[in-house]
Amino acid sequence: MSETNYGMSAEFDSAADVLEAAKKVRDAGYRRWDVFSPFPIHGLDKVMALGNSKVGWFSFLFGAGAFIGTMLMIWYMNDYDYPIIIGGKPMFSEPMSVVPSYILLVLFAGLGTFIGMVALNQLPRHHHPLFAKKRFELVSRDKFFLVIGSNDPKFSETTTRKLLEELGGDHIEIVEDK
Amino acid sequence: MVEASTNLESLAPPEELRRMTPVPKQSLGWLTDKLTAFNEGKTPLWWWILFLPAAFCAMVVLPCSLIYKISIGVGVWGNNMPVMWGWDIINFVWWVGVAHAGTLISAMLFLTRQHWRTVIGRAAEAMTVFSVMMAGLYPAVHIGREWMAWFMFPIPTYEDMWPQFRSPLMWDVFAVNTYLIISSTFWYMGLIPDLALMRDRSKTRVKKFLYGLFALGWTGSARQWHNYEKAYLVLSGLATLLVFTVSSIVGMDFATAQLAGWHETIFPFYFVAGAVCCGFGMILVLLIPLRKWCHLEDIITMAHIDKICKMTLMMSCIMMYIYLVEFFIAWYSGNPYDAWVFGHRMFGHQYWYGGWIMLIVNGSIPQLFWIRKVRQNVLIVFLIALALNIGMWWERFTIIVGSLYQDFLPANWGVYYPTWVDMAVYLGTLGAFFMLYLLFVRFLPMIPVSEVKGVSPEASLHRAANGSKGAKS
Repeated sequence: MSETNYGMSAEFDSAADVLEAAKKVRDAGYRRWDVFSPFPIHGLDKVMALGNSKVGWFSFLFGAGAFIGTMLMIWYMNDYDYPIIIGGKPMFSEPMSVVPSYILLVLFAGLGTFIGMVALNQLPRHHHPLFAKKRFELVSRDKFFLVIGSNDPKFSETTTRKLLEELGGDHIEIVEDK
Repeated sequence: MVEASTNLESLAPPEELRRMTPVPKQSLGWLTDKLTAFNEGKTPLWWWILFLPAAFCAMVVLPCSLIYKISIGVGVWGNNMPVMWGWDIINFVWWVGVAHAGTLISAMLFLTRQHWRTVIGRAAEAMTVFSVMMAGLYPAVHIGREWMAWFMFPIPTYEDMWPQFRSPLMWDVFAVNTYLIISSTFWYMGLIPDLALMRDRSKTRVKKFLYGLFALGWTGSARQWHNYEKAYLVLSGLATLLVFTVSSIVGMDFATAQLAGWHETIFPFYFVAGAVCCGFGMILVLLIPLRKWCHLEDIITMAHIDKICKMTLMMSCIMMYIYLVEFFIAWYSGNPYDAWVFGHRMFGHQYWYGGWIMLIVNGSIPQLFWIRKVRQNVLIVFLIALALNIGMWWERFTIIVGSLYQDFLPANWGVYYPTWVDMAVYLGTLGAFFMLYLLFVRFLPMIPVSEVKGVSPEASLHRAANGSKGAKS
């Protein structure tokens, strides 16, 4: 009944163990699996072939948009819509409008980065099948979880369990999709 | 052989200075318990003793003095005709300055891979967030007609009331607001994994709900960490840009004025250096008592205090250099007005002490940090840091009031004294800052738990195993 299951989880004691296990899970041909850890494990992104995070695109597009938008806004407000002569300064000039544009670039690029992180991680999501497991609370403390999703084409309760046992995982359990 | 090795060891710096990764070889579980112990324990007496007066200043003194000021007008302050910027702008510049060291520690030292910054990063960033809040308050009430504050934002109206973008004062509006939003975002994003930790550790339903709500459902999956780390890197890059822009724009507010003592090209850099110098003083003032009272001596070690002292020393040397350059240029330029202002900074009949405080407290006393014995004595470090905060306040007083009180024509000379309202507003913002900081320390992990775990020996195991070099966190 893999439709009602989210997947199968195994618990590891250290980052090194879970990294080794992740390599073997990848070599076994699994594709839909994830590792849960109290801190980012470096090298895991390569094992999981995550590539470069797309967060940078959010920052770039928000930032570039804000810079160009602010330049246009200043031109529109101070030169086109309501020009006022102040101290004989030009109505619009790059040096003076670069400063606010640059500041708003930082502002929007920063907000874009945060929005990108939240959106790409599909947050906020206050319900997750793993939260139903009591032991999963340890993952923010000192345990490392490897979860193989039941939607993986190679997933089967028997062989997956066997693999995780071979890798040395503890508390191998089915995660129900509640 | 044995003797030789002991000799070498005695030459090496003491154990505590060598141990730059924060973690005394302990398990991840130990670290978690240690770093959340203060949040989960009983509220100690010292917390209440500090919190109640701070909360009184923040919740009673600050609102009352602000309501009084807003309902009567700027006249209740000591500002007068030649001295049009008084304590309000002094305190604004001072609070912005305090903020900068926080961003420098949390963002710039992150980019330069200074792992020791991990343990103090969040405490520094919290200092930034709260002090920018205090800073932003001053210009907002200084404008005089607070109900027209919306004129400063590009809001479309039928009368085309647009901001005037050619003025640095307008840039300041954007810079300070951006700084507040970005540093809060950076701080909050860093908190998300630790909020998830607090959610998982909470015993009561209310706590679980509240921590869980702000943790946004963080699971700590590799995919989440992957995006999170990238976002953290980009955000610290952006926050680093703000270290250099916010105070430089504040400096430009002064430099564009045709006023001896202000009209100097060095001002943007001068203000950034002063800001960071003052902020390092503040972070020492905050951390030295907290590490003792929260029992975090194993985590925030003397080695950290030592490093911050060295950075303070560097900034203080830069400050001294700028002070001397200013005096040199005042003489070398041959401008009589400049020479007048800078001469009176040291030897005038009014406010002469400001210049001396500047040179002695900010430029000379931190030179004691050259001596290792001084850097290792927390009491002396604390006193120097406190003196530096006060000295930097006086520096702003000297720059602002000292340059304004003697206008170009002697007929326009005056003096400036603060009124009780000036003092009440300042006391109120100090109270509000410490109240927020105490609440932060009590309810949120002041040490970034997940980041500390990331640089702990336990996490570096796998690096030895697969030979990948360096870590990003």
